[in-house]
Amino acid sequence: CLATQATPKVQPINKIVISNRGEIACRVIRTARKLGVRTVAVYSDPDEHSLHTEMADEAYRVGEAASNSSYLRGERILEIAKRSGAQAIHPGYGFLSESVEFAELCQKEGVIFMGPPSSAIRDMGIKSTSKAIMAAAGVPIINGYHGDDQSDECLQAEAKIIGFPLMIKAVRGGGGKGMRIAEKPEDFLGALNSARTESLKSFGDSSVLLERYVRSPRHVEVQVFADQYGDAVYLWERDCSVQRRHQKIIEEAPAPGLSEELRRELGEAAVRAAKAVGYVGAGTVEFILDKEDLSFHFMEMNTRLQVEHPISEMITGTDLVEWQIRVAAGEPLPLTQSQILRRGHAFEARIYAENPRGGFLPGAGPLRYLSTPEPSADVRVETGVREGDEVSVHYDPMIAKLVVWGENRTQALNSLIARLGEYHIFGLDTNINFLIDLASHQEFQLANVHTGFIDEHFDTLFPPIVVKEQQLSQAALALIFNELQAASSNASGNQDPFAAATNMRLNYALIRRYNLKTNDKVYAVEVKYDAGDIEIRVDGGAWQVIKAERVEQGKRLKIRANIDNNISTYNANIDGANLTLFLENGKLDLELVQPKFLSAQSDQLGSGGSRVIAPMPGVLEKLLVKPGDKVKKGDSLAVLIAMKMEHILKAPKDATIKSVGGAEGDNLAKGAAVITFVDEEPKEDM
Amino acid sequence: RHSVASQLRRSQTRLIHVGDANVLSSEIDKQSAEYKDNAKEMSKLVTQLRNVTSQVLTGGGAKANERHTSRGKLLARERINLLLDKGSPFLELSTLAGYELYGEEVVNSGGIVTGVGRVCGTECVVVANDATVKGGSYYPITVKKHLRAQEVAQENRLPCVYLVDSGGANLPRQAEVFPDKLHFGRIFYNQANLSAQGIPQIAVVMGSCTAGGAYVPAMADESIIVRRQGTIFLAGPPLVKAATGEEVSAEDLGGADLHCKTSGVTDHYAVDDEHALYLARQIVSNLNTPATNAYNDQLLHSIATTPLDSTAAAVEEPLYDPLELYGIVGPNLTKSFDVRDVIARIVDGSRFTEFKKLYGETLVCGFAKLYGRTVGIVGNNGVLFSESALKGAHFIQLCAQRKIPLVFLQNITGFMVGRDAEAHGIAKNGAKMVTAVACANVPKLTVIIGGSYGAGNYGMCGRAYSPRFLYMWPNSRISVMGGVQAANVLAQITEDQRKRASKEFSEAEALKIKQPIVEMFEREGSPYYSTARLWDDGIIDPANTRQVLGLSLKAALNNAGHDTKFGVFRM
Repeated sequence: CLATQATPKVQPINKIVISNRGEIACRVIRTARKLGVRTVAVYSDPDEHSLHTEMADEAYRVGEAASNSSYLRGERILEIAKRSGAQAIHPGYGFLSESVEFAELCQKEGVIFMGPPSSAIRDMGIKSTSKAIMAAAGVPIINGYHGDDQSDECLQAEAKIIGFPLMIKAVRGGGGKGMRIAEKPEDFLGALNSARTESLKSFGDSSVLLERYVRSPRHVEVQVFADQYGDAVYLWERDCSVQRRHQKIIEEAPAPGLSEELRRELGEAAVRAAKAVGYVGAGTVEFILDKEDLSFHFMEMNTRLQVEHPISEMITGTDLVEWQIRVAAGEPLPLTQSQILRRGHAFEARIYAENPRGGFLPGAGPLRYLSTPEPSADVRVETGVREGDEVSVHYDPMIAKLVVWGENRTQALNSLIARLGEYHIFGLDTNINFLIDLASHQEFQLANVHTGFIDEHFDTLFPPIVVKEQQLSQAALALIFNELQAASSNASGNQDPFAAATNMRLNYALIRRYNLKTNDKVYAVEVKYDAGDIEIRVDGGAWQVIKAERVEQGKRLKIRANIDNNISTYNANIDGANLTLFLENGKLDLELVQPKFLSAQSDQLGSGGSRVIAPMPGVLEKLLVKPGDKVKKGDSLAVLIAMKMEHILKAPKDATIKSVGGAEGDNLAKGAAVITFVDEEPKEDM
Repeated sequence: RHSVASQLRRSQTRLIHVGDANVLSSEIDKQSAEYKDNAKEMSKLVTQLRNVTSQVLTGGGAKANERHTSRGKLLARERINLLLDKGSPFLELSTLAGYELYGEEVVNSGGIVTGVGRVCGTECVVVANDATVKGGSYYPITVKKHLRAQEVAQENRLPCVYLVDSGGANLPRQAEVFPDKLHFGRIFYNQANLSAQGIPQIAVVMGSCTAGGAYVPAMADESIIVRRQGTIFLAGPPLVKAATGEEVSAEDLGGADLHCKTSGVTDHYAVDDEHALYLARQIVSNLNTPATNAYNDQLLHSIATTPLDSTAAAVEEPLYDPLELYGIVGPNLTKSFDVRDVIARIVDGSRFTEFKKLYGETLVCGFAKLYGRTVGIVGNNGVLFSESALKGAHFIQLCAQRKIPLVFLQNITGFMVGRDAEAHGIAKNGAKMVTAVACANVPKLTVIIGGSYGAGNYGMCGRAYSPRFLYMWPNSRISVMGGVQAANVLAQITEDQRKRASKEFSEAEALKIKQPIVEMFEREGSPYYSTARLWDDGIIDPANTRQVLGLSLKAALNNAGHDTKFGVFRM
């Protein structure tokens, strides 16, 4: 059909194995289904009932929880491909997607690897090699000197070639030690000596390397696609500058503030880069773009479909997974460069299980409540989890990607903020509130983005949490409506007057008191409840008459309230003593202060008393005590590894160890007793 | 055969089409001057009721409350709120007991809060001393209210939870509270007998339980005590010192540690009020009744799994707004209203199937549903004639036969008097109705919605006829006869005496006799006078009548009654 191709090597694909999990596996399955391609999922033990396993036409167990024993088992996955009769393997991203060995193995076994040739992966995988190839292909690279000759003369000469401002870094350096910036040539020697001295002191070695210094770098990357016939196109660029812990959290396409000329230059450089390594399939060429002078330099190439590919799809109206399948089958690129148009603006926000205010510490746990914005042509919710699923400690803590499109950047950004406000999760910490604050930040709105954005605006991105009276009223309403539901569900319809006449008192209004805690602050909220009329006051203030109704019956608690002449509709979730409000500007977690007697009891029963529990699910890495040991308050007892982070469990009091709840290497559930102390005589309380 | 089938079909069709035929038509002209005037005056009475109630709710006053709470104790009604299931209504009984009863001494709510609420899915009688009112000591009205609560528990078979915080008998009034049959001792007599009847007795000691009070926890099936708050002893430290010279602190003499660890007088140890109430709920949850077991099952399964809107179980609300009762009834008892307009604003769907509608029209009888449960309603539409009384007796017999609870809506000046009436045997016919009311062994609920005078009070199930619950509307009046009538009777008697003595009896003299009588009847006929003395279970807002009757009925049906044996009906 395509007469331009001289030697068609089309090998139809009608079944693929997806050697991945989570949202990307679901994403691939969706397109495959659209194309009539059957899908085979692989799953580790904890993923047996996960969404991707359920969505695929068939699924095969690939091993235990740990990636090494499951999603990284290339041979096993190939075996599954053969057993299931699949012609190709889609590696997704992460796991085996950039494994040279796996790509080679596929080639050897005659299974199509839906990625570039192994040679391209290898070439791009080694920094020095890739830089050399790029330089040769005329792709601008960051100049630098990494040589052994450490003489002043040599370094000075190299510095001249690299240009200023310039960074002098200790070879063994880290954490900013032994690092100096030379703004101008005349600063060079002074900075060099200072860096050497510090490096020698800190690392016992004075060797340095030189690199061009980009003061405000932006991370701009170009989506490229190449077919088996040597053709390659670019699908415009993405800006992924805003990062935390060197990981992207919010991306946009196109990159704001670039001229059409610069866009074309970037695109063409990326296509040159891809062609230079004989690239096939979807790839991303990353550039570092100087925010000030808009010069750009090659950083690296990601030889896979990336997490943030949907924003490129949104502005180009393409389906890159479809392209992957077609190109892998030997078809030529579906569009030529001139056919790839660009329309509007797209954002992607990555919703993570993490605690932004706790240093973005990753988390895990059950999604006890989950409700997402309504997907549409302009709103994509890419996820691999449902309510009730667990974000596992074993894998990436990303819960979902929210992708929105708008006519322009402002529209898209407004939509992003609004849709984030409709993303409701309870059960574990997420970054949704942070994403809303970030997207609403004035500098972000103005597109003044660079890789140091979060550090630079840390204070304004994490303002002190202020709880408004209105929010406390909203919380109290949620509690009241929840009680109404509980009361009516206890009875058979309204046949039970004790349920129908909820909270009724004769000739006076019942006042309910709730102590709500957030951020270590307790608010006393009182609700006067009288035959449908509700009055609320906070901390003994003035009573405020509130009109409110429950908008939806059923499981979700959705309330419409008129508070102080301001009508708002919001969702809430009550889970034991935890109350979560999902408000326009994010969620607010509140805790119902529990009766004192509970803590009086838990002094003896819970953590902090007779035992120490695992604060989150994880692996017991190290046990530092054994039964019979005497410990002092604050002593380290055990090390728990969760989300690749160490958590040291400490003694809450002076005590003697009675028993330990597991062996090193054991998986522990959240709340599992790790250490139990010998009972003490109760002093006073019973 | 063909015609029978088609007839049947026609009658079925007719049944469907007449589905609303039993709905009362009760359209009211809300623009009429009378309606507006009534509504205005009744609103005033309801506002007054709410104002008096809010005054009474302050208990012992701000200072006493502050002293009470500063010791970490909760106020009586707060304790009840925590004891009850979340969202449970509290059918508080006789909130205004003791109102203006002891002159200068203000004994709000009689120093004790009683009522029916739901604990762990089951209706319970709660009796809570208010220690802020005169130290929670027992005035005569306190004793009466406590005994009435136990009576409610016994008649309706409701578990009792006593929240004890009382200094015991009020010593200056010991003669009025200690020795008689229905005095202090009866409380413990009742506890023993209620327990014997299988009605659980649970005591929570949240303050002092001195002397006789010590028997409340001691006589209970299970008891809880709050550390450093609750004490139980037969004699307090001062009396012990006086008697034996022994010096001992209250805590050592009868605190939680002693009674839980050593004496075994109490069974459960609570660290504070909230804990104690939690433990009380735990006790109730283990009563192993169908209601508590269902509640426990419900807790085990999440709310999400239970059907929320089971439309099959939905009942119809009345078609007419209960607030319209204000405009229909009004405070002027000399003006009549149709009791059907009241019924239409109380019962499910305003549906009422009337019995013997065309006979004895001054008494309205019929069947209706209240929250889905069938009740027989007896309401007054004027003075009772022989026919009305016969109809009433007949209807009450029907309800007793079918075990249908009875609701009396009292607005009655009495039985008809005069030669005609007597000649028609009003005495024996009235007696038939009184016999039927007295003997009917079904739950009976009475609301006095207007006047309650003379034998009409008896025939319409007044307090003496043991309705399970009796409430008054704020416009109602209760006395042996109307004040004016009583004054006229007394004036007439005096005039007759004067005549016999051939003395003059001037208009001014007559007025002098009449005036105080009218005033006395006015005062003593007031619902506040009644409720202060526990002649009723409380004054209620007419607009709440449906709910209050519904709650009362639900509580009453814990003892649905059994077969009725009537006394001799004089024919």
